[in-house]
This record gives sequence, C-alpha cells and structure tokens, in this order.
Amino acid sequence: MLFFSYFKELVGKEVTVELKNDLAIRGILHSVDQYLNIKLENTRVTDQDKYPHMLSVRNCFIRGSVVRYVQLPPDGVDIDILHDATRREARGG
Amino acid sequence: MSWAGPEDLFLSTSLASYLDKKLLVLLRDGRKLLGILRSFDQFANAVLEGACERVIVGDLYCDIPLGLYVIRGENVVLIGELDLEREDLPSHMISVSVADIRKAQKAERDATDLKGSMRKRMEFLDME
Repeated sequence: MLFFSYFKELVGKEVTVELKNDLAIRGILHSVDQYLNIKLENTRVTDQDKYPHMLSVRNCFIRGSVVRYVQLPPDGVDIDILHDATRREARGG
Repeated sequence: MSWAGPEDLFLSTSLASYLDKKLLVLLRDGRKLLGILRSFDQFANAVLEGACERVIVGDLYCDIPLGLYVIRGENVVLIGELDLEREDLPSHMISVSVADIRKAQKAERDATDLKGSMRKRMEFLDME
C-alpha cells in the first residue's frame, strides 16, 4: 500500500502519466485508488497532433494496469519520508 | 474505484461521476469508442449506450454506430469525459462515409505492409 499512500499525497499536483501505448497525458492528479487507477483533471496530451481524438477530453480515468510511468513535479517526493516508510513497510508495518 | 456515496463520489476514482455522460473509451488495440456510460464495476467493465467507433485515418474520420456495448475492463486504457463545449476534433478534419473510411483504412494498412516487406527484402544488404 506504500505507493497508494504516496500517490494520495500527490493529489492536486500536476503530473504526467505515460501509458504503455506511448500516450503521455499531463494533468492535475484528482484521485488514485488501490489499483493505482488514476483520475486526471485539466488534461492535455503531450503530442496533440498524433492523438486528435483527445482534443475534447478535459477529465479522464486511466486504468492502473496500462500506466508505464508517472512523472512527478521535482518537489513531489520527500526522500527521507519515503525512505523511512519503505523500511517500515519492509519490516512488515 | 468503488461504489461511492454522493459525498465522496467526486473525490474518488469511481466512475460514478461519469455515469450518464458522453465518454470516449480508449481500448488497448487503439480503438476509440464513444457512448453514454450506463454501468461499470471495479474492473472498469463498462456498459456504453449508443456506442459508436470513431475511426481516424489521417485527416479523415467516421463514427460507425455499434449499439449497446459491454466492454470488458481489461481492454480499457482510458475513459475520458467529453467536453461538449469544446470542438470535438480539430477543424481541418473531414467526416466521411463508412465505405470511404474503410477504403482509407485499407490503403493505410497496405502502405505499412509494403513498407514492411520492402525492409525485409533489403535486409540482405545489411545496412548499418
């Protein structure tokens, strides 16, 4: 559940989600769930010309299973806290 | 994603906030379906009413009517809410008939096949 908790901290920040089909979508992280399904708001596609059908999509739901990367803002991670949480989780809670 | 009460519905990843709205569903094979979301579950299985497939080839497009569709969740890549205020597609794109879009699709497929076979025939040259 570490990454689920971690993504919950990022709600409201602007992220870029790159999918396994190479589509990259930038938007405000609205919500995330246990499967790491993601909802984005105010989305725009990085390569708009290649994906004209995405023009009128403002909000979207992305299935967790198709996500390749989530690119975060530079201040999106507090290394120390994540480090501690990782060790805690590895010890079993 | 779950069935959420009205108070947290708009804060969760639940698709409940998309019910009865016109959506674009992107599938793993690249197909684009449009329709009104009538039902869903935790796997993102979804029921689309008045579904149609939007086929885009270059600057040509066509919406092919399909009817009532149940989509198995594993095939779903993305579900987008269509902003009806904004224009649907870039203005230079042209709507054509089903027959025309099928022709364009075939031409595009033939072109990629040809490219593939040309490359295969050139392979013996061992170009670096």
